[in-house]
Amino acid sequence: MEKAVIQLETLSCPSCIQKIENAVKGINGVHQDSLKVLFNASKVKADFDSEKTSINEIEKAIENLGYPVVKSKVKPV
Amino acid sequence: MQRYILSKKNSITMIIAILIVFAFSGRFVLDNMIIFNWSLIVASILGVAPIMIQAYQALKVKVVSIDVLVTIAVLGALLIQNYEESSIVTFLFLFGSYLEQRTLNKTRSAIKELTDLAPENALKQMENKEYEEVNVNDVDEGDILLVKTGAKVPVDGTVLTGEGHINEASITGESVPVRKRVDSEVFAGTILENGTLQIRSDRIGEDTTFGRIIELVEEAQDSKSEAERFIDRFSKYYTPAVLVLSFIVWLFSRDSELAITILVLGCPGALVIGVPVSNVAGIGNGARNGVLLKGSEVINDFSKVDTIVFDKTGTLTVGNPEVAEKEFYGDNTEEILGYLASVERESDHPIAKAVLQDIGKTTFSTVEKTEVIKGEGIVAKIGVHRIAVGNVALMEKENVKLSKKAKKDVELFEKNGDSLVLTAIDGELKILMGIRDQIRPGVRKVLRSLKMLGVKNLVVLSGDNQGTVDLVARDLKLTEAHGHMLPEKKAAYIENLQAKGQIVAFVGDGVNDSPSLALANIGIAMGSGTDVAIETSDVVLMNSDFSRLPHALGLTKITSRNMKQNITIAIGVVLILLTSLLFSEWMNMSIGMLVHEASILVVILNGMRLLRYRREDDFNRTRS
Repeated sequence: MEKAVIQLETLSCPSCIQKIENAVKGINGVHQDSLKVLFNASKVKADFDSEKTSINEIEKAIENLGYPVVKSKVKPV
Repeated sequence: MQRYILSKKNSITMIIAILIVFAFSGRFVLDNMIIFNWSLIVASILGVAPIMIQAYQALKVKVVSIDVLVTIAVLGALLIQNYEESSIVTFLFLFGSYLEQRTLNKTRSAIKELTDLAPENALKQMENKEYEEVNVNDVDEGDILLVKTGAKVPVDGTVLTGEGHINEASITGESVPVRKRVDSEVFAGTILENGTLQIRSDRIGEDTTFGRIIELVEEAQDSKSEAERFIDRFSKYYTPAVLVLSFIVWLFSRDSELAITILVLGCPGALVIGVPVSNVAGIGNGARNGVLLKGSEVINDFSKVDTIVFDKTGTLTVGNPEVAEKEFYGDNTEEILGYLASVERESDHPIAKAVLQDIGKTTFSTVEKTEVIKGEGIVAKIGVHRIAVGNVALMEKENVKLSKKAKKDVELFEKNGDSLVLTAIDGELKILMGIRDQIRPGVRKVLRSLKMLGVKNLVVLSGDNQGTVDLVARDLKLTEAHGHMLPEKKAAYIENLQAKGQIVAFVGDGVNDSPSLALANIGIAMGSGTDVAIETSDVVLMNSDFSRLPHALGLTKITSRNMKQNITIAIGVVLILLTSLLFSEWMNMSIGMLVHEASILVVILNGMRLLRYRREDDFNRTRS
């Protein structure tokens, strides 16, 4: 299992949180309980199985919603 | 394409504004309805494009967002050919979210200032012994690094060579330079003001004190209280409900105008953003002032505190005893002080240290034989003299007779709360010293401020003897003071207070008092920045700075009030809009959107006030 910390461009609408949550939760391999979307810090934190999905896939899901990723970090848990 | 349109949102807003001005001048100056209508149609379509994209993306992940409501409203307005409304609503919505973003950045600025202090580069010693600049992520524990004047310390580490002064404001909130030399600890994110240091890296990245503080603050600013979670759940169903409501209204009244107006008025904006904005600004202010508040729940609880319990006299007193008063009997004081110092030098008891410190420079003699009598003192031989240093019990054992004056002095010193050290030479009393733990400077003022902020009970629980504790309590006008308290007893005492309905904050150092810290409604740790206390408590006073306590309490009070104001504003605005829709003539979509966006800005601006919160005593503190 790995832990991803993704820094987004500043989030300004609280409804973005719900959108990002739903989008990332929908990815197979992401641990649903571990998902945290931090509104003020504009960060997404999630644990995922590197066999089922990848950081690229998670980033793509977020960017498809229109929220550009600034940088991301993955480390093993 | 979608992303391109979204990235051009600000330019689109500008163009719409120009088009709307153009349209109205076309109508009123040139009296040309064709220019008027077509400009507005173009403006509406341009403006609705980014909103529609966002709405589509939201629906794709099954979220009915505000964008969905606004998109339907604007399309509806276009359909019934109300171009004026459709264009103005899109403009207000886009312009509003632009302003929101700008002002939100301001409320987050305090925390951003903090995270921006994170070091990025380091000078690392490579295999060839040369230093090379590398990214801080490439530094490992055990690496040797060089820190030059003006540079940031990249990791937590230990000084190997060199010395200099470091500004540790980023972790302690105190911008007084601290002197560092070989073996001193240095912390990531602090700035070397002069000198050059070679350090060994001990902790890196998120494990550094600074990294932990940042992570903590980031989590705190986004932590949610019960009320917020309720609002979140509420808004999840609220927006779809507004959609359904407007559809039902349309079904029965066949009044499209009314139906789409309801869509716009029902936007929940200010409600969802109000509390997070107060939260981030309040926590930001704290972080900037040496107070870590762990989330909005903590803010609410702390603001209601009526009892503060201090874990030990050491919190209120300096914690290292000093000689407070002394009496000499007979002559040869210099010589006797030398004997006393020579004997005390053999001991590492804190009282012995206090005595030595008080005597200062003197001539030491060789001590031939020493005997430590537990709980009483020391008996030693210097040359032909027999020296006894200890309490009254030891003097009795040594058959030292106390004169009338000496007896009176002993009584007086004891009443003053001193621990006594008597020195007798060959059975004759020569010196009486009273040793006392000093009250920390500024504590009186801090306690007074806390009382002024509405704290009713100030309690000290201590392991010290009751006499010492009583004295501190009397001196500081505490409500209650209990000595001989073991950690379990302290926890039980706090439980008892809570059973009486008091909201209790516990101030401790977090290591041996963790049961009490956890049990109290609010655990306040005097963290020197490196302690485990950071993890176990609700509030951390960085650098163990006691004087931050009133700021912390005042800040939580004003932040909690700010949150309530924002909720009131948000709910009030929606209520006013809906009732005026039913009972007044003037309400329409554009006014609704204007009021709605304005209310969002009002709550953000209201939250921003928290960034400026400052106490009178803070001001004096920085000046002195």
